[in-house]
Amino acid sequence: MKIDKALLWSGLIGFLFLFILAPPAGAEEMSQGVEAASSGHVWWFWPLVLLLVTFVMGIFAVLGGVGGGVLFVPIISGFFPFHLDFVRGTGLLVALSGALAAGPGLLKMNLASLRLAIPVALIASTCAIIGAMIGLALPTNIVQIALGATIIGICILMLTAKKSEFPDVQQADRLSSSLRIYGVYQEGSTGQVIDWKIHRTPFGLGLFIIIGVMAGMFGLGAGWANVPVLNLVMGAPLKISVATSKFLLSITDTSAAWIYMNQGCVIPMLVVPSLVGIMLGSFVGVRILAVAKPVVVRWIVIGMLAFAGIKAFLKGLGIG
Amino acid sequence: MPDKAEARLEPGPEQVRYASILEKGMYVGLLLLFITFAIYALGIMRPYIPLDRISSYWSVNVHDYLHHANIKTGWHWVGMLHYGDFLNFIGIAILAGVTIICYLAVIPILLRNKDWVYATLAFLEVLVLSLAASGILAVGH
Repeated sequence: MKIDKALLWSGLIGFLFLFILAPPAGAEEMSQGVEAASSGHVWWFWPLVLLLVTFVMGIFAVLGGVGGGVLFVPIISGFFPFHLDFVRGTGLLVALSGALAAGPGLLKMNLASLRLAIPVALIASTCAIIGAMIGLALPTNIVQIALGATIIGICILMLTAKKSEFPDVQQADRLSSSLRIYGVYQEGSTGQVIDWKIHRTPFGLGLFIIIGVMAGMFGLGAGWANVPVLNLVMGAPLKISVATSKFLLSITDTSAAWIYMNQGCVIPMLVVPSLVGIMLGSFVGVRILAVAKPVVVRWIVIGMLAFAGIKAFLKGLGIG
Repeated sequence: MPDKAEARLEPGPEQVRYASILEKGMYVGLLLLFITFAIYALGIMRPYIPLDRISSYWSVNVHDYLHHANIKTGWHWVGMLHYGDFLNFIGIAILAGVTIICYLAVIPILLRNKDWVYATLAFLEVLVLSLAASGILAVGH
């Protein structure tokens, strides 16, 4: 209970902190000239704040069961003086690093399935390139409005989507059978050996076209969409879906990250503090996870996302 | 019988090889990124954009940033590795590039197993990621 209260207060204090720090409305428009864009702080001020905020974000990402990227892009673009181009480039690298760190272990434990990931990744990574190119070609305010709308949509998805630990897949469809997408894993909590297979593969693969485009366009990791599609649509067990989704990000975000990097959207002074902050926060988050109430944390994360989504939406309209 | 059940729980050889290379690449990339960032932030190597001017650039769009800082897109950063800030791109490129190496490493196993469909899918993925990495896909505001 104490932990939950502490988390609630830290979330509120974090938001107040962001409010105080938030650049005034229209700051971006004022900064058409590079000289005018200097914030007046010493150079290490914003990287240090970024480190602290991403540390808190890393804790909440683990506790709320979301990837770092989905929290990073709306919150940092809404409350920090960094342009959305650099925030998206950094967000992709944050999501990519998290996926790279988790991927090897998940593959070795046979929770992430390479056979399931390879066809999905080919579609998602190709579409992520298209999404990144669209996102970089569109005017910033349009991307910001679409980002806000997407984040609000993610909140609704988080509130309404149900999860199925072991979906009932009566029969594998023809495509997944011919691709031999099935497997076996051992449920750690019960020791039970679970055989799994999937269905509705063509429809599920089709949905990854949209997921890939959105991941590339907004620089979001796409775990929020991968998991429901793998679990609820294609019928993979929840653990296989979560693990394969995390691993998938290492491929999807790679393609989009290269586009952002080649276009100059990567500033190391933003990338490294963000990576360190999220990673340290994740370590702490994993330790708190054992004692925190997931429901309370989930509500805090949804609240943070909803607020950041509305802020992004209004910022895109020029009124936030 | 238990041995057979255990064998079914083990990941396939291509998955093991992929995981092993991914792990090594991730550690090397992150380690290099942190080392090069320390070199940059501590001023051991001179940055292209002075640290006290970096905040002048991060709030403008990427087009203005590149124009005002006179930075070219694509792989031009390779020629600027003698600057502390661009040195960081080595670690970032390894993190973004290790997946291509993982795919290249599993293709021979897939071919050996006569898994033609997955070998083709893996090869196509290498092409897609290489195209993204090549820098020939130009976009802009």
